[in-house]
Amino acid sequence: MADLITLTIDGRKLKVPAGTLVIEAAKQAGIEIPAFCYYEGFSLQAACRMCLVEVEKMPKLQPSCTLPAADGMVVHTESPKVADARKGMLEFLLTNHPLDCPVCDKGGECELQDMVFRYGAGESRFTEIKYHQDEKQWSPLVYYDPARCILCYRCVRVCDEGLGVGALGLTYRGVAAEITPSHGDHLECDECGWCIDVCPVGALTSGTYRYQSRPWEMNHTGTICTHCADGCKTTLSVRNGAIIRANNRDRSGYNGEFLCVKGRFGYDFVHSGERLQSPMIRKNGKLEPVSWSEALAAVATKFSEIKARGGKFGVIGSTRTTNEENYYLQKFARQGLGTASVDHHRTGDVPALIDALSGKTDALAAMADLYQAKAALVIGADLAQQHPLIAYQLRANYRHHKMAAYLVNPGASREEQYAKKSVHAPPGKEMEAVASLAGELKGHEDLVVIFGASLRGEGVRQLVSFGDTLGIPVKYVCLVDYSNSRGAMDMGLVPELLPGYRSVREAGMEPGLALDEMLAAKDLDALWAVGANPLESAELASSAAFVVVQDLFLTETARRAEVVLPAQSAYEKNGTVTSVTGEVQKLKAGAKVMGTKADLEIMGLIAKEMGLNLGIWSPDKVFEEIRRTVRGYNIPLPVVATGGAAQTTPVNGRVPAMPRPEHIRPSGDTLFTSGTLGRYSKRLSSVMEAPGELFKG
Amino acid sequence: MLYNEPSPHETRILTRRLVYPQAEPIGYEQYAAQQGYEALRKALAMTPDAIIDEVKKSSLRGRGGAGFPAGMKWSFVDRKSPKPKYIVVNADEGEPGTCKDRIILENEPHRLIEGCVIAARAIGAERGWIYIRGEYRRMIETMDRAIAEAYQQGILGANVLGSGTRFDLYTHTGAGSYECGEESALLESLEGKRGNPRLKPPFPATSGAFQCPTIVNNVETFSAVPDIIMNGGDWYAALGAPRNGGTRLFCLSGHVNKPGVYELPMGYNLLRMINDVGGGIRGGKKLKAVVPGGSSCPILKAEECDIAMDFDTLAKAGSMLGSGGVIILDETTDMVKFLYRTMKFYAHESCGWCIPCREGTAWLKKILERLDAGVGVSKDLDMVDQLAQSMFGRTFCALGDAAAMPAMSIIRKFRAEFEERIRSAQVFIPAPETRPLVVL
Ligand SMILES: Cc1cc2nc3c(=O)[nH]c(=O)nc-3n(C[C@H](O)[C@H](O)[C@H](O)COP(=O)(O)O)c2cc1C
Ligand code: SF4
Ligand code: SF4
Ligand code: SF4
Repeated sequence: MADLITLTIDGRKLKVPAGTLVIEAAKQAGIEIPAFCYYEGFSLQAACRMCLVEVEKMPKLQPSCTLPAADGMVVHTESPKVADARKGMLEFLLTNHPLDCPVCDKGGECELQDMVFRYGAGESRFTEIKYHQDEKQWSPLVYYDPARCILCYRCVRVCDEGLGVGALGLTYRGVAAEITPSHGDHLECDECGWCIDVCPVGALTSGTYRYQSRPWEMNHTGTICTHCADGCKTTLSVRNGAIIRANNRDRSGYNGEFLCVKGRFGYDFVHSGERLQSPMIRKNGKLEPVSWSEALAAVATKFSEIKARGGKFGVIGSTRTTNEENYYLQKFARQGLGTASVDHHRTGDVPALIDALSGKTDALAAMADLYQAKAALVIGADLAQQHPLIAYQLRANYRHHKMAAYLVNPGASREEQYAKKSVHAPPGKEMEAVASLAGELKGHEDLVVIFGASLRGEGVRQLVSFGDTLGIPVKYVCLVDYSNSRGAMDMGLVPELLPGYRSVREAGMEPGLALDEMLAAKDLDALWAVGANPLESAELASSAAFVVVQDLFLTETARRAEVVLPAQSAYEKNGTVTSVTGEVQKLKAGAKVMGTKADLEIMGLIAKEMGLNLGIWSPDKVFEEIRRTVRGYNIPLPVVATGGAAQTTPVNGRVPAMPRPEHIRPSGDTLFTSGTLGRYSKRLSSVMEAPGELFKG
Repeated sequence: MLYNEPSPHETRILTRRLVYPQAEPIGYEQYAAQQGYEALRKALAMTPDAIIDEVKKSSLRGRGGAGFPAGMKWSFVDRKSPKPKYIVVNADEGEPGTCKDRIILENEPHRLIEGCVIAARAIGAERGWIYIRGEYRRMIETMDRAIAEAYQQGILGANVLGSGTRFDLYTHTGAGSYECGEESALLESLEGKRGNPRLKPPFPATSGAFQCPTIVNNVETFSAVPDIIMNGGDWYAALGAPRNGGTRLFCLSGHVNKPGVYELPMGYNLLRMINDVGGGIRGGKKLKAVVPGGSSCPILKAEECDIAMDFDTLAKAGSMLGSGGVIILDETTDMVKFLYRTMKFYAHESCGWCIPCREGTAWLKKILERLDAGVGVSKDLDMVDQLAQSMFGRTFCALGDAAAMPAMSIIRKFRAEFEERIRSAQVFIPAPETRPLVVL
């Protein structure tokens, strides 16, 4: 840590590390220096000149965003000269600004409005004709109005420095200067919309939100994105039950402001016209809408009957339902139906990693570790496409701490822009390439290893043994694909394991059928798919099977069902999910869709109909049970309850029965796809970049 | 080519090899025959510190505008840095009223090359660029030919005159922006980026081209170096005024009988410059004002013109010596139009990076355009002054100041003329019952 120096700001003596920017030093003392272009974590611009302060012994006003605090410095942030400068800057800014706040989409949450209110002049002296350029549409999601742009370059920087996309730049000069996509008139980018969020004014607006609402007309609910496994906090802005915007301007989650296109725009499936809003039962070969009680009774009756005759069940859980639902489902299957054939769509070999790390502490990386580690090794993952937040964390780590990144991938990836070394190795050959990096990796203080599904079973064990040889602290992330893929595994949605990586034999059962085996079993009597669409890419061998599906849409599997129960998405319910880094976060209901029920409630009602006693099915009560009974999940409640992320403590010990790695099927999703769910987001497919490709750089 | 006949009042050091008319650029043969590259030979036998010391002693101050002591700038380069070091010649010559670098580029390219190689030796640079404004097409070609000659003669390349050190020199074409003459914007442009200025510090001497230690100097600054090395820093310093060593090229333009580029000692009296060198005011008219160092410099009224033309004296008088562009205005000059035309230039050239310059220049231009068209109101005059003050000292780079200074000085010194323009304007005065006419 740098030496502490003493400076005086507005008469208050402060001690800060040498080199701290005056604007930051002031913030520590609770003194706010206004600024547009200063944006924490990104490169300095000193362009808006709003943060000018008076420094004794310096003749000119100084931009506090680039001025390092020095010992003995005396700074005034509210002197008449400073006030005059601020007023002058705002007056300049407003000269060519449209000043039609009542019809501007940013009204009510515009930093320029706020700034003028606090520091500006009451009236303008500008009586000339304004310079004007018309608004442009850059993509279905992004609009740009140069007349409103104050050229703070936030958008340019988040896109370039934050994401490595660099889709935006500056064109023309003087008063005509404006932001432009690097492709001229349109964007070819990640379509993440971050530029829109950081824009302090109404220059960048969202194609999906603009002119829909005023900010004060919406309720804001912080929840977790339901797409990939990175677990970004996303704040849903809801009006009359409908989500009309998602962003994370309050930086409440571990993702800060970051969200990818799926987190910011991919919620539209919620209000898709194809949502199921009534239970359905197959009558005369056709699915007909029925009441909830009729549908539930039909399921309960049939389940009870199959159970009574010792029939064969197959239960498939979801990678997007909550931990509570997954826990409840496996309990239902094992205790209620007496079957050990429980599975989900597995996308990474977490049990192998946990097993290989047996005896080690602190070896599973949390999201924050990716920003702090001195070095990172990425194996078999196109992070920018598949794990946008992890990609962002690593890039920020590189930008701020010069973290050394090593890549072992089958092809190009965006991380190559800054990676220290990138080796292309086909799947199956990764470990040879990894071994060749040993010398260099050893030279770093610590390492985080992030690996995809091409390493599984024995491969994961080899990787961990390799890590052991490096002689430095190594942490691991086993990549999985969907928002609660990790939770599904932790909650025992696999034939071999109970929640908390205990063997099903502890419950007096032998491992049942894996997902593929259920589908292939000609004598299957019932298939229960809760938030899963296994028939998208496979056939059900048993033509007589009684198929029950809980889902949002009439998926391929639902079309084959006898009973379809309309479920709620993650954005409509409460509960917890566990991210790729094993961090538990809370879902909070934002939207409402008529006629649907949460999967937990649906299961609870079926249990009730069947006369089973599986405990109370409220999310809180089930979570309590999980905390009490599932190893690793005894996490601090207040952290989760208040919207934080609590990492599950690793299960330190051998995994007693290994789920078979051959049942792992990575989804291959890109930035613009998201399994079955993604197909129902029109926006994700509306952009020209969709669907995208992996390992194309 | 020389555009004007030399004046007998000149002290010809920099221009001593030039004749009038100078039909062709001085080639290598002729340059070498007239002691050319002897300074370089001498410098190669000197230590880098000794070269810098000589330049320091010479009191050579930057000829690009700011007048920073060249020797001091060179001494800021950390020669022990493991990074490559670079020489960059600022040949963007964009300041209105300035047309002197072209005299060197066009007629005596080898002088500039020699200066560069000496400077390279002083800071340990192995590579340099001459950033020439794009409109100077002919000069770029002349420089390219001279550079090719210098390579043939072993002055440039892997082994500079057998000294065992390498120096490569290239021309780089500017992309048509005044701001690209600002050294950090120039470096951005040189690197192939948009010509926006950079945050300073770090200054180029620490982190310049491609983030390596770099010295950026004006064409004339580098070109003065061979004579300093040949004859010694003290000799050069003695030619000029205290702390303002040597001679410099003054570009006389405007209402004089003999406009042109003249080499005069630093500290030369401005009135003598106008009358003796420039042949007096055209048509026997009276002097009204002088912009002493390019359009950015605060204007001097006629009665302020009995002044020594060096950096310090002009600074004391509230103006600047700038780039040596002396713009002479006679009594017929319309100061409103003059300021409007000046502001039009800055509004056009503002890069747009920072708020006060981007918006301020455009606003000032609009007000001045109105004033010039005779549709100003009296409160416009205070506005011009106040807006310029709101810009001055608050912009990202010095272009904002360069726009604010002429505005403040002209509106203050010639206020009566602006008021008269408003009074005498033939504008339609709206009848009381109609709404005020906004005339734009
Ligand atoms: C807006 C602006 C334009 C400039 N244009 C030029 C130019 O055309 N040529 C030049 O030599 N210096 C120009 N300068 C000055 C340079 O920034 C820099 O001070 C100079 O190149 C340093 O060289 P010197 O010390 O030899 O003068 C300009 C400065 C500003 C602020
Ligand atoms: S949407 Fe995202 S990727 Fe596209 S320009 Fe904006 S910040 Fe860049
Ligand atoms: S579009 Fe918005 S974020 Fe981008 S420079 Fe303009 S005002 Fe700033
Ligand atoms: S003062 Fe600002 S807008 Fe003007 S040229 Fe410099 S950086 Fe660009």
